[in-house]
Amino acid sequence: MSKWVINESLCKGCGICIERCPMKILAFAEHLTPKGVHPSSMTDESKCTSCAICAKSCPDVAIQIYKEEK
Amino acid sequence: MKQVFGKTNVLSANPTHYCPGCDHGVVHRLIAESLEELEVADRSIGVAPVGCSVFAYDYFNIDFNQAAHGRAPAVATGIKRTRPDSIVFTYQGDGDLAAIGTAEIIHAANRGENITVVFINNGIYGMTGGQMAPTTLVGMKTQTSPYGRDAATMGSPIRVSEIIATLESPAYVTRVTLNTIANQIKTKKAIKNAFTLQKEKKGFSFVEIVCICPTNWGKKPTDAHKWLTENMLPVFPLGTFKDIHGIEKA
Amino acid sequence: MAKVLMKGNEALGEAAILAGCRYYFGYPITPQSELPAYLAKRLPQVDGVFVQAESEVAAINMVYGAASAGARVMTSSSSPGISLKQEGISYIAGAELPCLIVNVMRGGPGLGNINPSQSDYWQATRGGGHGDYRTLVMAPNSVQEMADFTLAAFEYADRFRNPVLMLSDGVLGQMMEPVVMPAPKDYDMDSKKWSLGYTGKDKTARNLCTSIFMGQEELEEHNWSLYQKYQVITDFFKANKDLAVEEYLCDDAEVVLVGYGIISRILKTVVEKCRKRGIKAGLVRPKVLWPFPSDVFAKLADKASKFLVVEMSYGQMVEDVKLAVEGKKPVYFFGRTGGAVPSDFEILNEVDKIVRPD
Repeated sequence: MSKWVINESLCKGCGICIERCPMKILAFAEHLTPKGVHPSSMTDESKCTSCAICAKSCPDVAIQIYKEEK
Repeated sequence: MKQVFGKTNVLSANPTHYCPGCDHGVVHRLIAESLEELEVADRSIGVAPVGCSVFAYDYFNIDFNQAAHGRAPAVATGIKRTRPDSIVFTYQGDGDLAAIGTAEIIHAANRGENITVVFINNGIYGMTGGQMAPTTLVGMKTQTSPYGRDAATMGSPIRVSEIIATLESPAYVTRVTLNTIANQIKTKKAIKNAFTLQKEKKGFSFVEIVCICPTNWGKKPTDAHKWLTENMLPVFPLGTFKDIHGIEKA
Repeated sequence: MAKVLMKGNEALGEAAILAGCRYYFGYPITPQSELPAYLAKRLPQVDGVFVQAESEVAAINMVYGAASAGARVMTSSSSPGISLKQEGISYIAGAELPCLIVNVMRGGPGLGNINPSQSDYWQATRGGGHGDYRTLVMAPNSVQEMADFTLAAFEYADRFRNPVLMLSDGVLGQMMEPVVMPAPKDYDMDSKKWSLGYTGKDKTARNLCTSIFMGQEELEEHNWSLYQKYQVITDFFKANKDLAVEEYLCDDAEVVLVGYGIISRILKTVVEKCRKRGIKAGLVRPKVLWPFPSDVFAKLADKASKFLVVEMSYGQMVEDVKLAVEGKKPVYFFGRTGGAVPSDFEILNEVDKIVRPD
């Protein structure tokens, strides 16, 4: 299961999550969504700390965040 | 795996019509989460303005009233006086609140109505296509100030929080913003403080949020945040102007 | 029940409380300030809410809010203040909310003067605000009716989910007459399950109050359903003629005098004096101005020879009479403005002119 889950149909490609990710592991995907935008996508989930800054920055609440339980 | 962040059920499933990067979506979520955390969502009533957020009611699972331009504080007064146990809030832009609605906000605040006002200040009229607002910066070019806002003939931006704070009755008046995640945390606290005060029947609360309008500022959302930091915040300083009950220390 | 001597404005206020109204939002303006003053005293006595708003605009929007939350609520003003309320009234009609709006008419246009007039008939019956809506319009002619019509107004407002406008004037508002107050009504806000803030266990979805319908089909459907509602209201008053209109000595009338409100009191005297002089006069007094009792006039147009409409204006209701008579018989008009209340002599003169044109 992923730590970072995006509902691409809600993403408007605003880029705020990409800019704010402290680990710099988000980027615009190559493909287009049905809305015609490049959605945000995870480039290296191993580096994700589940800080949820991306999810909280998203005006469309498109991202859900999970954390590995110890 | 445990979920660390998800969408609250107080927000509806509807995708919003707001522009990419618009702060409305964030503020809606912070309000929804606050109402959920305070366990008052089932008795909350929102009052939507005329402006980009005219359809705010499509994005919340709570009772809502859509009000005439500027009149939300009066509408909220009527609602709250009728249903005093409801949590009533208005959600207004800078045209709604600071232009046509100046009388209504001053007097609802002055009467100390036990409501919460969320004021979205982005220095421009969004829905109607980018005209000058009472909070537009001097020199800013808009559809109705094409040569830049000229203070001599068009006035200077109005600092509403400071004006509201001069009144006796308001319990909590604060200005926050969403340009960084740190500021977003403060904004959520401010909104939750405001609703907490209302829940405890402690008077009128006012939260001004300096926001971006990427479309009408002609900027990418991330550039708009930078522009806000450099240009809006010096004119609209962040801070709390009134906190009668010391909610921020609580 | 005992008869009490009361001022028109105050009788209306007391009747509102008896009807279960516990919310008043208004602003001072002559000649109706006694009404908010009266309610400012009475409402706290019955655990009600009185707010002097910052303007008539704010007041009507407070009414909109309170009505959406299930309240029996009212506001009052006079002509220029009613102009200010028009957007709000349109919203209330569009959102299908109940409320009572009282217009104690004064002279206009503009600031006019504080004397009585009937120059807001069009404003009341032709919408006044924007959009294809109607307000039910009631026109009392005595202090007793100021009380009785108020109770009826709240019932109609709730029954039809529509704003109701009461057209009074400076004379009716200020005059003192004996009145028997109607029996009080019980009112429960939570009987309106659609109201905002209703939290009954049978609530399955959130409640929404709005008048915006962006889609073309959506708005057309909404306007169609409003139109059908206005048909229901029209049919109701057609079927209950006594509630809508008073006919006095019309059965054999050759000249039918038409007037509402304070004018109708004078016209009754005129009819009696006419009869003494051998003129077969009758009176039609609409008590409800919208829906207009067109069918009453259409019927009378077959029997009577002439109509004389008298108003404290230069002619507004006369057009509705002409429309209803459909050109079958001549419709004459006499009016006074500026606050002059025509005397029965003046009106008798007019009757003479039209009955004996030589």
